[in-house]
Amino acid sequence: MPMDHLGDRQRNLSARSKTGAPADDTGTDRQAAFRTEGLSKTYGAGGPNEVRALDGVDLELPSEELVVLLGPSGSGKSTLLNILGGLDHATRGAAWFREMELTAMTDRQLTRYRRDHVGFVFQFYNLVASLTARENVELVTDIAMDPMPAAEALSLVGLDARLDHFPAQLSGGEQQRVAIARAIAKRPEVLLCDEPTGALDSRTGVAVLSALEAVNARFGTTILVITHNADIERMAHRVIRFQDGRVIDVARNRNRVAAEGIRW
Amino acid sequence: MVKPRAIDRKLLRDLRRLWSQVAAIALVLACGVAILLTAFGMIRALDTTLNDYYGRQRFAEMFASVRRAPGKLVEEIRAIEGVRSAEARKVGPVTLDLPDRPAPGSGRLMSLPAGAPLLNMPLLVSGRMPDPDSDREVAVNARFAQANGFRPGDGLAAIANGRRLDLTITGMLRSPEFLYSLPPGGLMPDDAGFAIIWMPERAAGAVLDLEGAINDVALTLHATAVTAEVADRVDALLAPWGGTGVRLRDQHPSHAFIAAELQQLRNMTVVLPPIFFVIAGFLVNMLLGRIVALERAEIGLLKALGYRKSEIALHYLLLAMLVACIGIAIGWLAGSWLAGGMARIYARFFDFPWLIRPDGLDVYAISGLLALVVAGLGAARAALTAARLAPAVAMAPPAPPNFGKGPLDRLAAGRWLSQPAKMVLRGLLRWPVRAAMTMLGLSAGVAILVASSFMIDAMDVVMDSAFYRANRQHATLVLGAEAPAGAALQARALPGVLRVEPQFDLAVTLRNGHLSKRLSITAQPPGGDLVRILDTEGRIVAAPETALMLSRQLAEQLQVGPGDMVEVEVAGDRERDFSEPVAAVTRQYLGLGAYMDHDALAARLGRAPRVTALHLALDPAALPEFQAALKTLPTLAASVMLTEVRDSFRETIRQNIRWNTILFLTISGLITAGVAYNGARIQLSERARELASLRILGFTRTEAASILLGETAVLALLAQPLGWGIGALIAQGMVSGFDSDLYRIPLVLTPANFARASLLTLTAILAAALLVRRRFDRLDLLDVLKTRE
Repeated sequence: MPMDHLGDRQRNLSARSKTGAPADDTGTDRQAAFRTEGLSKTYGAGGPNEVRALDGVDLELPSEELVVLLGPSGSGKSTLLNILGGLDHATRGAAWFREMELTAMTDRQLTRYRRDHVGFVFQFYNLVASLTARENVELVTDIAMDPMPAAEALSLVGLDARLDHFPAQLSGGEQQRVAIARAIAKRPEVLLCDEPTGALDSRTGVAVLSALEAVNARFGTTILVITHNADIERMAHRVIRFQDGRVIDVARNRNRVAAEGIRW
Repeated sequence: MVKPRAIDRKLLRDLRRLWSQVAAIALVLACGVAILLTAFGMIRALDTTLNDYYGRQRFAEMFASVRRAPGKLVEEIRAIEGVRSAEARKVGPVTLDLPDRPAPGSGRLMSLPAGAPLLNMPLLVSGRMPDPDSDREVAVNARFAQANGFRPGDGLAAIANGRRLDLTITGMLRSPEFLYSLPPGGLMPDDAGFAIIWMPERAAGAVLDLEGAINDVALTLHATAVTAEVADRVDALLAPWGGTGVRLRDQHPSHAFIAAELQQLRNMTVVLPPIFFVIAGFLVNMLLGRIVALERAEIGLLKALGYRKSEIALHYLLLAMLVACIGIAIGWLAGSWLAGGMARIYARFFDFPWLIRPDGLDVYAISGLLALVVAGLGAARAALTAARLAPAVAMAPPAPPNFGKGPLDRLAAGRWLSQPAKMVLRGLLRWPVRAAMTMLGLSAGVAILVASSFMIDAMDVVMDSAFYRANRQHATLVLGAEAPAGAALQARALPGVLRVEPQFDLAVTLRNGHLSKRLSITAQPPGGDLVRILDTEGRIVAAPETALMLSRQLAEQLQVGPGDMVEVEVAGDRERDFSEPVAAVTRQYLGLGAYMDHDALAARLGRAPRVTALHLALDPAALPEFQAALKTLPTLAASVMLTEVRDSFRETIRQNIRWNTILFLTISGLITAGVAYNGARIQLSERARELASLRILGFTRTEAASILLGETAVLALLAQPLGWGIGALIAQGMVSGFDSDLYRIPLVLTPANFARASLLTLTAILAAALLVRRRFDRLDLLDVLKTRE
């Protein structure tokens, strides 16, 4: 059973959660991974179809946390994630990754930033159909500075036996785990996940969440997870709720549950 | 070995996945490369070979004929400033009695100077040169010997000036003067029936009644010489002796023919490869445009992963480059093979002793580079689009295209149209440039067929006009010298002769101001029924009693029309020059023509009518007796059996046309099928979801497929008239390109030609559509719907 060794890590994670307790309720003693000030994004500005996807968001997200972003469709979660990931530009306001001001970067600098610091996991996996699992991961290891071997990344998500399978030969959960392996292979500091379990059933979804949890625990990777699934918030360090482009609530989760304990 | 990067492996797998479209594009590109390679290679091979051969054998630059001049005149010619060397020759026609031929053959007797020839040095192929002191020894051209199975030491019976000569062949020669040689009155080379015979000077003088005299001069000039001045002085020296005027190398029949061939090759390089390159570039553009559209998510992913714009653009450019490389490889192989084949054709057609084929690595490099550039240009737009896609945009499915509300769109919204028809129509209107380009691509196939197959109809018209309407005689006897009109009666007395029509050919220069043309005026008696003149509409007309008729080509060159006066300079007898009005313009496809009434010309020259050729109608039953009698005829230079000429002409044309037809059918089929297949495949990938939805809504497979292929069908139909038009233009261009003094072809565009071209291209399009349809049938539609766009 490929998930067994993840189970081991799960136990490690739980142990660490007990010992490495944050100093206070807000948990902001750690260095912030992301910070935003009045971050806004407007589509079709000035036109009849103007959409305010993000409307003056101020946030501070500490490092090494697993943060869940909740909210209805169109509430601004994905837009925030895209801007923090350097995939999109803000209309107004500013965003920082550590000391780097993302909103002041050129396209070229953003490319560099994504290459060196960020890993992405998408709802529809976005694997390249013509590449095997290993080769999909190698897309990243080919260009990253200090990557782990592709096989190791896949082993981390429990896919040792599926290295040379094409996406079409893998189940949905397996494909998403390839995508996670691809995202973590470069040892990113942050992992941005847009609905990583959105297309999966409960059982495979849990396997994917376990993999994320393990990555967070083992490497201290800051992970942002967008989801519609409120059950997932139970495994987060922190939960941010969105509505109409604004943050309406930021809550710390005092009673974290291991991913394996989640069902939907 | 360095392990290829994952993104490069994607490239190779994409290439394999797209193999059918890649093959279609590569083949079109290969055609361009191959033609460029072949034509360039052959042009260079011919050029190099000619220069080498002409240089080594000292092919003369200037030629002059004279009726009979004293031998010492050549010293005066050598003394002209600018003349490097000059050589006098004795030249005359002979008839040959060949053992295996019922009709007499003909030959051109050339004197061999006592020492080694200075100019036009023949090349000994086998045997030895004749002994300068021998009366009987001759050398013949190798082709003639080969065609008749002659070997050194064999005998050859010839008749010259009424005397029968029993000659001995000592050797076989080749000469730069006779790379291409036509027998007198012939239209096609006749290796077996026409010989070049080299005879030692002394013996030739005796045979041709030119002892101590000459009738032909060849010259080369110093590099600094002014050709026109030298020509004038040579003309002046020869005029009193019946000089017929100087001819330069480009008027030399053999060289003129090769030059025309070279020009055709050059035209081919200019016209054909660009067509293929443009179409291939367009196909690359279509293919990559579609791939980039379909791979938006993957492009977004690569960007999210941190790939640079340049890396992504390069990825798609490389795909195009790989397609180009496949095309180049095929093109190089095909081009090398074609060049070899063409070299063999040239070797058969022209009597080259060798054919130098320069290695031409640069031609390979240039053709390859062009193909790469074409593919790169074709891919540029798609590669830039890919590079410019914003990563977040790339990750989201594309917005539905904006279907407009223009006047055409309102037409497409008409209630009278079914929904599927609206889908087809709106698809066309939404991407008008793509639709127009596809239509243009499809019309290229039609155009190529129209332009290539019009030659078949054109040659039919040429054959019909030249051999069935204008020249209806069974045989023509070319006389060695001007004969009195009574020769016609003698010919009438030959066995089997039913009818005789005499003809008088007068070598002249026609002049209108500074424009002049050297040729022969053909004079015929009125009421001729065997050889007739056709007017510009193809109607039979009689030569007027007091005026000239000129072929249209000639009239255009001299810039004269009916009513204009033309000066006639009589070659070798300038005292008899006269002026004559032009009465009418005639139609003629082979050579140039000037016609006059037989008696009127005699009156102009102030002497009794003469005869230089006799056209005969024969009783087929008496043919053997007739041919046997010809062999004893003293004054004959050559006899032309028109039936044989017709057959050999038709056979040559048929062979050429067969190869051309195969070549152009292949090319057109590749282009048409390539464009249609690519277009329909792109439709399929773009509309897979739409079509899947329709299937689920209850449309049958055929109904859904009809939407898929509807666009291709509409474009294919629209492409037909466009293709006819473009084809007609290309054909018009070819007619102009072929136009030379030697021959020209008419522009014959028949409905059958258009219909044939359309039928063939529509078949190719149908085949391509069926391939795509099959793919559509195999598509798992539910699967299509389940995946993200």
